[in-house]
Amino acid sequence: MQDDVILKISNLSKSFGAVKALRGVDFDLRKGEIHAVAGENGAGKSTLMNVIDGILQPDSGEILLDGVPVTIASPTEAQRLGIGFVHQEIALCPDVSVAENIFMSRTNVSRSWLMNYEKLEQEAAEVFRQLSDIDASVLLRDLSISNQQLVEIAKALTLDCRILILDEPTAALTENEAQTLFRIMRQLADQGISIIYISHRMVEIFDNCDRVTVFRDGKHIVTNDVADITPGDVVNAMVGRVVDKLYPEKQSAGEVSDEIILEVKNLNEAPRIRDVSFALKRGEILGIAGLIGAGRSEIARGICRLEGAATGEVRLLGETLALRNYQDSIAKGMVYLSEDRKGDGVFLELPISENISALNLDQVANPIGLIKASSEIRQAGDLGRKLNLKCGSLTDPVSSLSGGNQQKVALAKMLSVNPRLIFLDEPTRGVDVGAKSEIHRILRNLARNGVGIIVISSELPELIGLCDRVMVVREGRISGEVAGHEMTEENIMRLASVMDAQAAAF
Amino acid sequence: MESAVTLAEPNMNNPQGVPFWRKLLKMRETGLIVIILGLFVVMSFASPYFLSWANMRAMSMAFAVDGILVIGMTILLISGGIDLSVGSVTAFAMVIAGWLFLNGINPWLASGIAIALCAGIGAFQGFFVTRIGLHHFIVSLAVMVIARGACLLFTGGRPIGLFTLPPEFKFIGQGSIGPIPIVIIIFLVFVIAFDFLLRRTTMFRKVFYTGSNEKAAAYSGIRTKKVIFLTTTLCSTLCGVAGIIYMARFGSAQPTFGIGLELTVIAAAVIGGASLNGGSGSILGAILGVILLSLVSSSLALLDVSVYWQDIIRGSILLSAVTIDHYLNKRRR
Repeated sequence: MQDDVILKISNLSKSFGAVKALRGVDFDLRKGEIHAVAGENGAGKSTLMNVIDGILQPDSGEILLDGVPVTIASPTEAQRLGIGFVHQEIALCPDVSVAENIFMSRTNVSRSWLMNYEKLEQEAAEVFRQLSDIDASVLLRDLSISNQQLVEIAKALTLDCRILILDEPTAALTENEAQTLFRIMRQLADQGISIIYISHRMVEIFDNCDRVTVFRDGKHIVTNDVADITPGDVVNAMVGRVVDKLYPEKQSAGEVSDEIILEVKNLNEAPRIRDVSFALKRGEILGIAGLIGAGRSEIARGICRLEGAATGEVRLLGETLALRNYQDSIAKGMVYLSEDRKGDGVFLELPISENISALNLDQVANPIGLIKASSEIRQAGDLGRKLNLKCGSLTDPVSSLSGGNQQKVALAKMLSVNPRLIFLDEPTRGVDVGAKSEIHRILRNLARNGVGIIVISSELPELIGLCDRVMVVREGRISGEVAGHEMTEENIMRLASVMDAQAAAF
Repeated sequence: MESAVTLAEPNMNNPQGVPFWRKLLKMRETGLIVIILGLFVVMSFASPYFLSWANMRAMSMAFAVDGILVIGMTILLISGGIDLSVGSVTAFAMVIAGWLFLNGINPWLASGIAIALCAGIGAFQGFFVTRIGLHHFIVSLAVMVIARGACLLFTGGRPIGLFTLPPEFKFIGQGSIGPIPIVIIIFLVFVIAFDFLLRRTTMFRKVFYTGSNEKAAAYSGIRTKKVIFLTTTLCSTLCGVAGIIYMARFGSAQPTFGIGLELTVIAAAVIGGASLNGGSGSILGAILGVILLSLVSSSLALLDVSVYWQDIIRGSILLSAVTIDHYLNKRRR
């Protein structure tokens, strides 16, 4: 690895109103290295990357590219300087072909008047040859999310960039796809391209990166070769305190109860749910694992009557439920926390307090349906304090919060109705390490207090660390269940896999 | 982080966390009031007639009835919808009530029937939007044309003179209690009632949830289709009310009344802070929007500006108001 610095940032600051997002940050990137950037949400990594990509302009500080001070006025300028940015959110056109999406930027700078589709497809196929076997002529909307993410990466690769920024690219990828991506990243680095790799996942950082930089509260905390630092050090640097245990204690032998909170018998809604039966006991946290699309969320949403018309018997605390819709489910104390927080979990532009009260407005209103602002604020204050919500004011919009705190608002919304059972679909997706373990602790406390907790997650370590028992779903059926020492990634994967091409792709 | 205070002890005396005056400064309504007052000052110097009682009365009469339409439109916009048919449906109410009256039906009953029919038109639109899944824009565009066609069909394209309308009916549109026209009183009642409902009731809070994020609202157990159906119906019903008031005021039913009115109404709501993406808007803002537009029109007329220029100026005001607001919003975030 060469030691020459291609990008050097010194004493960079950026504020948004009163919020200091970056405070005198230093950062350097060497030629041909893979440089991991870690930090909790709100630590300043995204702001820094947006500055490098010209989306944001710094208030003060210097950016040196090859030793020359530069001003990066816009993403187009960044592109011209050889900086490519793969955003976490997919920003592609769903209605045109994969090939056209990949070459969108290039079509943009092309001098030709006419589109040469044949050539586009050939070139796209060339890029994909090393990446995946995606057909470049299909419409983007027909691809899975993970394949769309690969298209996003392929798009950046076709621009002749010297610096490539990848913002949590593996969040939506399967293990296999991620490994392919890492292989390609290494190839690119060997060709002299410098990669900034943003990730929360320690394993990825330590297996694939050369150096790691940690940010916290807008400040640069540490930069080190991965060989000279441990994952524990990185986590501690990110959180700013020593994290001794990532997951809360499990249910102890004394807490095991025979009282059944939820019992589901022969839940059916062909073809997505087939003959699903299970039970949840008081005090335990039940996990649901499975491949994306196996029917995990569908089971939860079917039980709550959020969608579909599943048949079968559902008993909550011994009472057989005949729910007509989700309102009935809420009334019975059974709620569902959505997996897509921004899409359908919170009202981003509405105040925090109005988000928390949304599930049952009657609680903050008088009998004739008039909302009492003071009750609403009090409710939000009580729940916010319970969940250690960090916010300026309870009337700020939810969009002003970090991912972890947004998720706490979503959770507070669930808790506002004093539920007896909560389904949590990907409860810590896009949530930083600190808030994640806080949420896990909250869930454990709820379970201890007799609230039924069922967690759906794609993150196996989370399921294994948090749950007392994990039920695995495959093609709409329950393919098995693991508990205690049998709860290993291998066992869960084996139960989740189907004996075809998908099997390898978990 | 310094700015992100841990929520240890929220201050219950001032739960909003910021001083009241600062909140006031940030509100878009404040900006509108300042602009309106500014125009008042300028116009009172520019035209001696401007501050006269007669002009004030004429001006407020002009925005009062449209103001009722703006209320319905604002609520519909908050829920994420839009209605292009308000002008035609208002004319439709007028024509139907007038036609029924000429056919010997009591004018109060005729008005009731007309308003009910308008509610029916709203429900009809709501059905296509929520059950069939069509977009508000298209459905209301079709209804705009259909309702206008119905108006022309009933009247043969000519205004119906309603000279025999009883005076107590005309009183709604033409009378006054003391110095204050009845029209203004009706308008104020609607404004106060709907402003209160929108800010305080659980029913209308659901309108905000639905417009802000329909899926999240559904996932909060809100029947979003029902909400949209009701806001659509409400908007058309208020058109019915406005049509009847107009009929009482004009003493006639005009089939071509309100062509292009939908644009004024939408513009007023948007200037007042309603978002075309749903989820935001206020009655007070919308009313200030309608007052501003009508103030500008009457000022331009007083200054003898050509009618053709008036449209250009009003369009430019809409564009500037929305642009300024867009930037202010960006800075606030």
